Amino acid sequence: MSSIHNTWRRLWRNRVIAISGSILTGLVLVSVIGPMVSPHNYLQTDFGNILQAPSFSGAHLFGTDDLGRDLFVRALLGVQVTIIIALVASAVSLVIGVVYGAVAGFAGGRVDAVMMRFVDTLYALPFIFFVILLMVAFERNFFLIFVAIGAVNWLDMARIVRGQTLSLREREFVQAAQLTGVSFSKIILRHIAPNLIGVVVVYLTLTIPQAILVESFLSFLGLGIQEPQTSLGALVDAGVNQIEGASWMLLIPATLLALILLCFNFIGDALRDVFDSRRSR
Amino acid sequence: MKLLEVDNLSICYGDEAVVSELSFAVEAGESVGLVGESGSGKTQTALAILGLLPGSAMVTGKISLAGIDVVAANDEALDKLRARRAAIVFQDPLQALNPFVRVGSQLRRILIAHNIASGTDADVRVIDMLRRVGLPDPERQFQAYSHQLSGGMRQRVMIAAALIAEPELLIADEPTTALDVTVQAQILELLEEIRDNTALLLITHDLGIVAGRCERMLVLEKGRLVEEGRTASVFSGAQHAHTQTLIDAAPRLDRGAMLPQVSGEDVLEIKDATVSYDEPGHGQLIAVQGLSVAVRRGETVAIVGESGSGKSSLVRAALGLVPLAAGRVAFCGQVLGNTVQSRAVTVRRDLQLVFQDPVGSLNPQMNVRAIVAEQLLVHEPDLSSQDRHDQVAAMLEKIGLDDSYLDRYPHELSGGQAQRVAIARALIIKPQVLVCDEAVAALDGSVRKQILELLLRAQSESGLSILFISHDLAVVRSISHRVLVMYMGRLVELADSASLFTRARHPYTKALLEAVPVPDPTAAGGYASLAGEVPSILTPPSGCAFHPRCPHAKEICTTTRPSVRELDGITVACHLAESI
Repeated sequence: MSSIHNTWRRLWRNRVIAISGSILTGLVLVSVIGPMVSPHNYLQTDFGNILQAPSFSGAHLFGTDDLGRDLFVRALLGVQVTIIIALVASAVSLVIGVVYGAVAGFAGGRVDAVMMRFVDTLYALPFIFFVILLMVAFERNFFLIFVAIGAVNWLDMARIVRGQTLSLREREFVQAAQLTGVSFSKIILRHIAPNLIGVVVVYLTLTIPQAILVESFLSFLGLGIQEPQTSLGALVDAGVNQIEGASWMLLIPATLLALILLCFNFIGDALRDVFDSRRSR
Repeated sequence: MKLLEVDNLSICYGDEAVVSELSFAVEAGESVGLVGESGSGKTQTALAILGLLPGSAMVTGKISLAGIDVVAANDEALDKLRARRAAIVFQDPLQALNPFVRVGSQLRRILIAHNIASGTDADVRVIDMLRRVGLPDPERQFQAYSHQLSGGMRQRVMIAAALIAEPELLIADEPTTALDVTVQAQILELLEEIRDNTALLLITHDLGIVAGRCERMLVLEKGRLVEEGRTASVFSGAQHAHTQTLIDAAPRLDRGAMLPQVSGEDVLEIKDATVSYDEPGHGQLIAVQGLSVAVRRGETVAIVGESGSGKSSLVRAALGLVPLAAGRVAFCGQVLGNTVQSRAVTVRRDLQLVFQDPVGSLNPQMNVRAIVAEQLLVHEPDLSSQDRHDQVAAMLEKIGLDDSYLDRYPHELSGGQAQRVAIARALIIKPQVLVCDEAVAALDGSVRKQILELLLRAQSESGLSILFISHDLAVVRSISHRVLVMYMGRLVELADSASLFTRARHPYTKALLEAVPVPDPTAAGGYASLAGEVPSILTPPSGCAFHPRCPHAKEICTTTRPSVRELDGITVACHLAESI
């Protein structure tokens, strides 16, 4: 009974990863290829076809917006930008967070205390305020969004990695390595880092949707991506203004956003189960 | 009618059978020992009797408890059965007690749930029960939370909880495994005294416990019953080979050769060592105070004492894993740095450590080959990868693992195999001193015996010195040349094995020796000659730290700390060593 149950569970988990992964890959491929094959581009306005509803037979599959721009191409561009921002911001937070957390955790003592109080201080800064300041000071810039999102996300990552490193440092196999004279860098490389991977990977799959949400939120407030560039958050913002006459302008980007978030969350969940079961075995 | 009848019981998880075709019976009022190594299905059987198995377990066969079929019973019927008919005491009382509910209330709830008593009547019964299990000041302990009690007191509360509804069968699942040997003796004596007409099913891996306490015994191997009979006759003539293996593997305090003294130069010398930790809110915790001991070449020195005696702190300081607050550690006459980082790599090579938890001391992300080879990478960096491979394979063969283990990961190893790998890792660079911190405590009897033989062989081959920490005096007797007894961070007694096990001078050592159960129903052992438990190290008693528990304590013991002195070749710290 239990083994059938477990196999089913594992299968289901793997299926979750497989399905979510293929949806994501498909979306990315379409978002790259789609604009290339489409006769329209994201800038081109078509004043004869303003606020066209989506149709399979017409020229615009997803319809057009209030400037007559093709929503299919713009939505795919939004997917591209959103995923790029999420990946880059997560990578930034991964690198800073892991290095910072591992150093603080392994060094311990006063170094750890100072480093972590710095993190606490950053936590206390009101994030939106910080972003608005950045935007004003450096003008609106695509790159700044990465910085802003990465700057917030690495704090969580640093805390998690530090906690994990602290407990790893006390583990007996690390003590055994220290005892026999394995060098500091090799201990981090061979004994600490490989045992961090599980936690980091799982946490990363949770950071990505978070970054997507933050980007959408900023764009929705008008602080993110600037026209004529776009992201899913910016498209949702535009759609909200047209909700009465042209609901597709809201529904299409919102659906895509939800789909991407769900996929990442499912993958994260499934990965966490995989790593947990290995640990308890 | 028999109280408990288990008929053809099988328990499976998926394809894996943990108990197969098990049949036995327990009569009213009798005491039966259920013995087996880890994974033999002892605990699963106990849980099945109370209907506590998880839903994923497939149970077939019949368990009849006081005339009720447990396997077929519904939840309601089981609720009535538990506590009234049968109750269980688990190994770890800290997990079995609810940390947020006062001890008294937890016991009260049992009475109320089963409509035995309520109101002040229930309070009176609970307090009376707590008194019967030997809790001092039961009116006050009624209000205590479980974390405020010591390990032994918690187990007493568990026994009170199990017996308060006057069940006909008490199942005790390794009730003393988590406790010190002196407390173990107290708890076992309590179980004996208090159970009256309650039948006892005592589950344990320790044959010594069964030998002294049970009328009959059952031996399980891999889920199957291999032996059943009266305890005395099983011990005198076991029918099944596995039973005989278990009996032979059980270390005994009362027989077997002891190792003679070794003469030779001191390899590792610990002088006036003091180890202290900062305990926030409590000031300094002094784990070890002014302790001196030396290990000679080719000698095994055992360090024994109850938990909290500072054994681990002492060797960790010797290895440089925790700094010494005072004193020094010397290796071959050369004083070593206070931290492991400050010591030369050549010295670190000569001091190796084997931990208690074999799996935890191996990196889960590295395979056996990489784990053992890492030592060579550090200490023999010039070796070619072929030579390194050959040396690792040769070392593994030496400790009894073939080539197929090279590519395994720690979670694919059993406890005994993992401990062999840990020993291989320590020995491959030919250290002079091996420190074993409870290295065999987590292993089954037969595996423990093999590991001890492995250590003895390594010692006779290369003149290895061993510092062997253990709480188990019977194990210590079989492998050590000298023994250091510690109590609350101080030296109590230090002597060669022959002297210590035959004519110990310190009352604490004597009590420890008397408390060790002997796996032989005809021999004496397992006496609870010590009352109470080790006091908090944060507030050590005045004078001799042992005086509150010492049966011989006099005025001077409460005021003056005894000095460490020599007496007929025994180093002892006791005012009354001559007179007792």
